[in-house]
Amino acid sequence: MSALLEVEGLTAGYGAAAVLHDVSLSVRTKQIVAVLGANGAGKTTLLRALSGLLPAERGRVVFDGLDLRGVKVERMVRHGIAHVPEGRGVVTELTVDENLRLGSLWRKPRPSNDGIYELFPALARRRDHLGHQLSGGERQMLAIGRALAAEPRLLLLDEPSLGLAPKITAQIMALLRDLRDRTGLAVLLVEQNVRSALSVADEGLVLSLGRVVSRNDAATLAGDADLRHAYLGF
Amino acid sequence: MDRFLYLTFDGLSRGAIYAAFALALVLIWRAARIVNFAQGAMAVAAAYAGYSVTNATGSYWLGFITAVAGGLLLGAAVERVVMRFVDHSSPLNGVVVALGLVLIIQGVLGMIYGNEFRPAQAPFSRDAFQIGGVALLSRYDLFVFAAVGTVVALLTLLFTRTPTGLRMRAAAFAPDVSRLLGVPVGGMLTLGWALAAAVGSLAGMLVVPTELGLHPNAMDLLFISAFTAAVLGGLDSPVGAVVGGLVVGLLLAYVSGYLGATVAPMAVLILLVVVLLGRPDGLFSKAKARTA
Amino acid sequence: MVSAPKKVAISRKKRQRISPLLVVIPAAALILALTYALPPFRNYQLATVGAYLCVTAGLTVLTGLNGQLSLGHGALMATGAYTLALMQNRFNLLVAGIVVAVLVTTVVGAVIGLAAARLRGPYLAGLTLAVAVVVPSIASTFDETFNSDQGLTVALEPPPDAITVEQWQAWVCWGAALVTVLLLAYLIRGRFGRDLRAVRDDETAAKLAGIGVARTQVLAFVVSAACAGLAGALFAVLAQSVSPGAFPLTLSLFLLMAIVIGGLGRLVGALIGAVLLVALPSFAQSIAESSGSVRLEGNLALTFFGVVLVVVMLAAPGGLTSLTNLRIRRKSQKGRK
Repeated sequence: MSALLEVEGLTAGYGAAAVLHDVSLSVRTKQIVAVLGANGAGKTTLLRALSGLLPAERGRVVFDGLDLRGVKVERMVRHGIAHVPEGRGVVTELTVDENLRLGSLWRKPRPSNDGIYELFPALARRRDHLGHQLSGGERQMLAIGRALAAEPRLLLLDEPSLGLAPKITAQIMALLRDLRDRTGLAVLLVEQNVRSALSVADEGLVLSLGRVVSRNDAATLAGDADLRHAYLGF
Repeated sequence: MDRFLYLTFDGLSRGAIYAAFALALVLIWRAARIVNFAQGAMAVAAAYAGYSVTNATGSYWLGFITAVAGGLLLGAAVERVVMRFVDHSSPLNGVVVALGLVLIIQGVLGMIYGNEFRPAQAPFSRDAFQIGGVALLSRYDLFVFAAVGTVVALLTLLFTRTPTGLRMRAAAFAPDVSRLLGVPVGGMLTLGWALAAAVGSLAGMLVVPTELGLHPNAMDLLFISAFTAAVLGGLDSPVGAVVGGLVVGLLLAYVSGYLGATVAPMAVLILLVVVLLGRPDGLFSKAKARTA
Repeated sequence: MVSAPKKVAISRKKRQRISPLLVVIPAAALILALTYALPPFRNYQLATVGAYLCVTAGLTVLTGLNGQLSLGHGALMATGAYTLALMQNRFNLLVAGIVVAVLVTTVVGAVIGLAAARLRGPYLAGLTLAVAVVVPSIASTFDETFNSDQGLTVALEPPPDAITVEQWQAWVCWGAALVTVLLLAYLIRGRFGRDLRAVRDDETAAKLAGIGVARTQVLAFVVSAACAGLAGALFAVLAQSVSPGAFPLTLSLFLLMAIVIGGLGRLVGALIGAVLLVALPSFAQSIAESSGSVRLEGNLALTFFGVVLVVVMLAAPGGLTSLTNLRIRRKSQKGRK
C-alpha cells in the first residue's frame, strides 16, 4: 500500500547549523506514527520542515503524489495537511468560536463549528471566551479542534500532552485513535511522553540528534529495553 | 458660555479628524508593530492627487474619491515595495525607513507642485449656522462627523463581522499559526497598510480645508496631534484612538480659543509628554511598557 | 558565523590602538592648510561641514552607541542658535556666547533626556518629532524676544584684516568640531562607551551588570544635546542670523540620515554624514540650476536624501561603514534565526 506522506533524506535546520540529517519516514492513511526522542532531538524541527515553516535544505517530501517542497505554508492546509504547533498555537486574542472559524475559513461553503463542538463539548460551553481565558487542556482541545475543522487527511501534532494532566492526555489520545478508525485520519505525533504516544501509535520512529536511529511498529519499540534506555529514558 | 459651546463643537470636529488619522496609525501598529511616521506625508500625497483631479474636472467629489483610492494604492505600494524588506529586529529601522519616505514624498511633491500653499476648497460651507441664536457648527463639520462616523462603522464591521477581518486580526496576532491555518499573512499585511493609508488620506482630505491649504509639510502637525491621540488611547486600541482623537481635538480648540492659536502646538507637546510619562500605557491599552 | 566574532575583535583592537590625538592633530593641520588654499565659498562649505560634524558626532553617540533615536536635534540646534544670537546682541563676546549656548542647550537636552530615558523606539521618536515640529512655533509665540518668523540677526566682530570672514568661520567651526570629536572619542572609548553599548544591546543584562540604565541614557542625551547646541551656535555664526525657518523638521531628518548613512556608532561615520549634508544639497543645487527649474531647488536634495536613506536601510541598516562587515553580519543573522 502506498504511503500518504513519504519523506526521504530530509535535511533542514537554522542557518548553517542543520538540525535534521537525512530523515526518512512514511505515514499511511489511517495510521498514527509517533516521533519520539529526547529534548533537542529535532522532533519539532521535523514538523516545521514538513509544513514548510522551515525551508528544507535537501530531501524529498511527497504528500499523496504532490511534492510539498514547492508548496507555500498557507497552502498546506488546502492540500489536507494540518499542523498543530508546539505550545498549542491558539490565537489568545480571539474567542474560541473565532479560532475555530479560522480553521475552516478557506473552505467553500464554510462549515459550521457544530461538528467540532460535538467532539469537544467543553469548548461549546466556552465559545465566546477569549483564548487566553482557557485552561491548558481546553487550549489543546481548541487547537486540535481547529485543525480538524479543516478536515485534514494528515495531522501534524506537536506535543499535545505538554503540561496537561494525565487524564486529559489520555482523552486526547483516545480521540486520536477514534478519529483514525472512524475517518481514516493519518497522524504524525511528536511526543516526549513515550508511554502515551506508543499506547496509541501504530508505528514509531526515534530521533536522536536529528537522525532516525530506529523505526519500528509501536509494540516492538515499547518492548525494546535497550532502545528505551538509550534514547527515551525509561 | 456661547463661546465655550462653539469651541466644544469646533473641537469635536477637529477631534473627529484626529481620530480618523489616529485610527490609521493604530491599524498599522496592530498589523505590523510599526508606527507609520510616513502617514502624514502619504496623506499629503493623496490629497495632492485629489487636488489635481478636482482642478482638472471641477468636481470636489471626484478629487475626494481619487485621494482615498490613491491612499489605498500608496499604502499597499509602501508595504509591498519598502516595508516588507525592512529588517525588523530593531524597532528603529522601521521608523527610519518611514522617515526616509517622508523626505522622498515631500521632495517629489515639492518638485511637482512647488512649495507654496495651494488653497483647497471645501465641499460644504464652513460658516457655522445658528441654533437658538448661537453659532455652533457648520455644514462642513457635519460632513466631517458623517465621514469619520462612516469610516469607524465600516472598519468595525470589517473587523468583527467579516472573514477578511478575522483573517487580518489573526495574521496580526499570530502570523505563523495563521499561515498554518491557510491565512495569506503577507496579503493581510498589505491590505492593512492599504486600508490604514486610505483612512489617513481621508483624514488628510478633511483637514486641508480647515488649514492654510495644501503644502508638502501640511500634515506635520496633524501627525503629531494624531500620534498624541493614538498614544493617549494606547496605540493598540481603535476605540482608544477615537476617544484620544476627540480629547486632543477639544484640547486644541479650547487652547486656541482662549490662549491663542500659536500656543496650540505647544499644548499638544505638553499633552504628549504628560501622557507618555504619566500614563505610559495610554487609557485603553493592555500592553505593559513603552518598549515596543 | 564562527569567524565573525574573531574578525570583529581584531578590528576593534586595531581601532583602539590609534590615539584620537594622532588623528585630530594632523586633521587640524590639514584643515588649516585647506583654509588658505580654498576660495571663500569653499571655505564657507568647509565651515558648514565642521558645524554639522559637531551635531552628527553627538548623534552618533546617542543613536549609534546608545540606541536612542532623536528627531529633536534640529530643535536643540535652534536652541543653541537663538541663545547665541541673544547673547551676541547683548554682550558681543563670541566665546562666552558659544559657552552659554552650549550650557542652555545642555539643560534643555537634560529635560528631554529625562523623559527620553523612560521611552523606547517609536514612542521616543514620536516625542522628539513633536519637539522638532513644535519648537519653531515658540519663536512666534514669544515674538518680542525672538522676533517671530523674521528671526534675529547676529552681531559679530569682523575678523582680522588678513583673512576672509569665511576662512575665519572655518577656523571657528573646525576648532569646535575637532575639540568635540576629540572629547567624544576619549569619552566613548572608556567606561562610558562600554556602558552605552551595553545599554543599547541589552538593558536587562546591563542592569544586572550594575550599570545605571536610566543614568546612562540621560547622560548620552545630554552629551548629544550639548553637541547640538554647539552646532546651532556655529550655524548662527555662519549665517549671521537665526530664524525658525532655518531649523525645520527636515533638518532633524537630515541629521538622522547623515548618521545612518555614515554608519551608526562610529565617529568616522559622523564625518561622512557631515560631508554628505553639505555635498548632496550642493550637488542637487547645481543640477537644479542647470535645469533652470525653481521647484527642483531644495526638493531634489530632499528626494535624494530620502532615497539614499531608504536604500541604505534596506541594503545595510548599519550604514556605509558597515558595508565592509555586511557579509559577515548577514551570515551571523541567518544563524540566529
